[in-house]
Amino acid sequence: MRNVLPILTVVTAIMVIWYAASVGMNKKWTYDQAGRAGTEVTFTEMVVDTWAQERPVLPAPHQVVAELYRSTVEKKITSKRSLVFHGWITLSATLLGFVFGTGMGILLAIGIVHNRAMDMGVMPWAIASQTIPILAIAPMIVVVMNTIGATDLLGKEAATAMFGYQPAFMKGILPKAVIAAYLSFFPVVVGMVKGLRSPDHMQLDLLKTYNASKSRTFWSLRMPSSTPYLFTSLKIGMAAALVGAIVSELSAVPLRGLGARMLTGSYYGQTIQIWAALFAAATLAATLVAIISWIERRSLKKMGMS
Amino acid sequence: MTQEVVIQAQNLDLTFPTNDGDVHALKDVNLDIHKGDFVSFIGPSGCGKTTFLRTIAALETPTAGTVTVNGMTADEARKSRAYGYVFQAAGLYPWRTIRGNIKLPLEIMGYSKAEQEEHVTKVLDLVDLRGFGQKFPWQLSGGMQQRASIARALAFDANILLMDEPFGALDEIVRDHLNEQLLQLWDRTNKTIAFVTHSIPEAVYLSTKIVVMSPRPGRISDVIESTLPRERPLDIRDTQEFQDIAHRVREGLRAGHAYD
Repeated sequence: MRNVLPILTVVTAIMVIWYAASVGMNKKWTYDQAGRAGTEVTFTEMVVDTWAQERPVLPAPHQVVAELYRSTVEKKITSKRSLVFHGWITLSATLLGFVFGTGMGILLAIGIVHNRAMDMGVMPWAIASQTIPILAIAPMIVVVMNTIGATDLLGKEAATAMFGYQPAFMKGILPKAVIAAYLSFFPVVVGMVKGLRSPDHMQLDLLKTYNASKSRTFWSLRMPSSTPYLFTSLKIGMAAALVGAIVSELSAVPLRGLGARMLTGSYYGQTIQIWAALFAAATLAATLVAIISWIERRSLKKMGMS
Repeated sequence: MTQEVVIQAQNLDLTFPTNDGDVHALKDVNLDIHKGDFVSFIGPSGCGKTTFLRTIAALETPTAGTVTVNGMTADEARKSRAYGYVFQAAGLYPWRTIRGNIKLPLEIMGYSKAEQEEHVTKVLDLVDLRGFGQKFPWQLSGGMQQRASIARALAFDANILLMDEPFGALDEIVRDHLNEQLLQLWDRTNKTIAFVTHSIPEAVYLSTKIVVMSPRPGRISDVIESTLPRERPLDIRDTQEFQDIAHRVREGLRAGHAYD
């Protein structure tokens, strides 16, 4: 209970600032409309109007909540207007990319720790890869993969043969997953290199006195020791994968997913839609990271490392 | 005595190159350790006692001279798993139970499941940790953890036990108790033990042979054959004989050691 008060205080402060900012940013439109209609608006009327515009500069919180409700609960989840549908498109690309990125990251880290040439050769490239703005490289990956036809998880025929139809998320998932993987492998590489090197000299010497092989040392000591580092990396990697998926949806075909919702929203001045998609993305990220944290707590406790 | 020599060092030299020039860690070290000996290495820090132990274990390579262990080179002896090594810290894996930790070397060395269980049960008895096998390291006190790490070094059938200040991080009461237990263990298993310490009473109480070392360069300044009987209750430390040996160790330390 002691935590409730500070949390409530912060939330209240955000709400107050947000509502006030809505008034400040949207009042010009209200006064312009009144001016054109030749009517006068009182202060109260103005405030009420700024919180209920159709295309406000900054939508009020309750408008965003209402939009979230409309586009999740009131829409069929198969509808193109459902945020659940778009959320699932983004989530599937995120998860696929995350799995690949994490796998790649772990393999690279293992190579780097065991091979000096890889240590010198791979790390600079891994770092360089992250200095390229994702916004610049994402459209290129999408275009290249579209050109070579590597866009769907299974081909239309293969998917139809297997499921009777092609699930929506499979269409155009690959370029998005590649970009998600591109962003998520890096924290895993860095974290796992550190983690696999975390056993101290004494621990390594002990295994040397047993004349243990490198693979033995890896499975018995390095891998378990790296677990706390792995989970930290996974949390960052997951958030990065989601960002990658959303950014890639700005240029991917078909135009679907939370990123696409933000893009179409901005085309048509649907600020409320943009904010709803933003909140959906934030909720998704928070949920994914919370799931990893939960697994982390359980595993580390079981391993006696918490 | 015509006892078999288990560890032999001849004209051993070891220098570590560092940025500030070479550090002469061991200089012209000659020593025979016989089967069943309990040998302590004592000296101030920097005298090379740990380095010497690590050289016997083939964790360091000498610059010159030879070390033979069981008639083999140190590295061959390491590969044939001739010794168990106990470090200053217990270094148990937190993700394994005590049994699991003691089983680790047995798994690596390819003992069968049945042998593993048998050996673990035997050494748990030996270090008086019966009933703690299923506990995790964090559930045990520091002294118990160190006993578990000794059990781990005893679990496989090496006839040599190398111990690098195993009780250095423990308080004196626990240390006395573990010293007593270690002597009993040595008596029962008939292993050859090489033991690094910087406590004079510990060295005198435990050893059949005390090797006094001095620093810069690390060398042996005195080797004292203990006249104490094998059977040693804790209060043997109050006898004149014990005091005499301790005195000679202290003299040896003083002689070999410039205090400036």
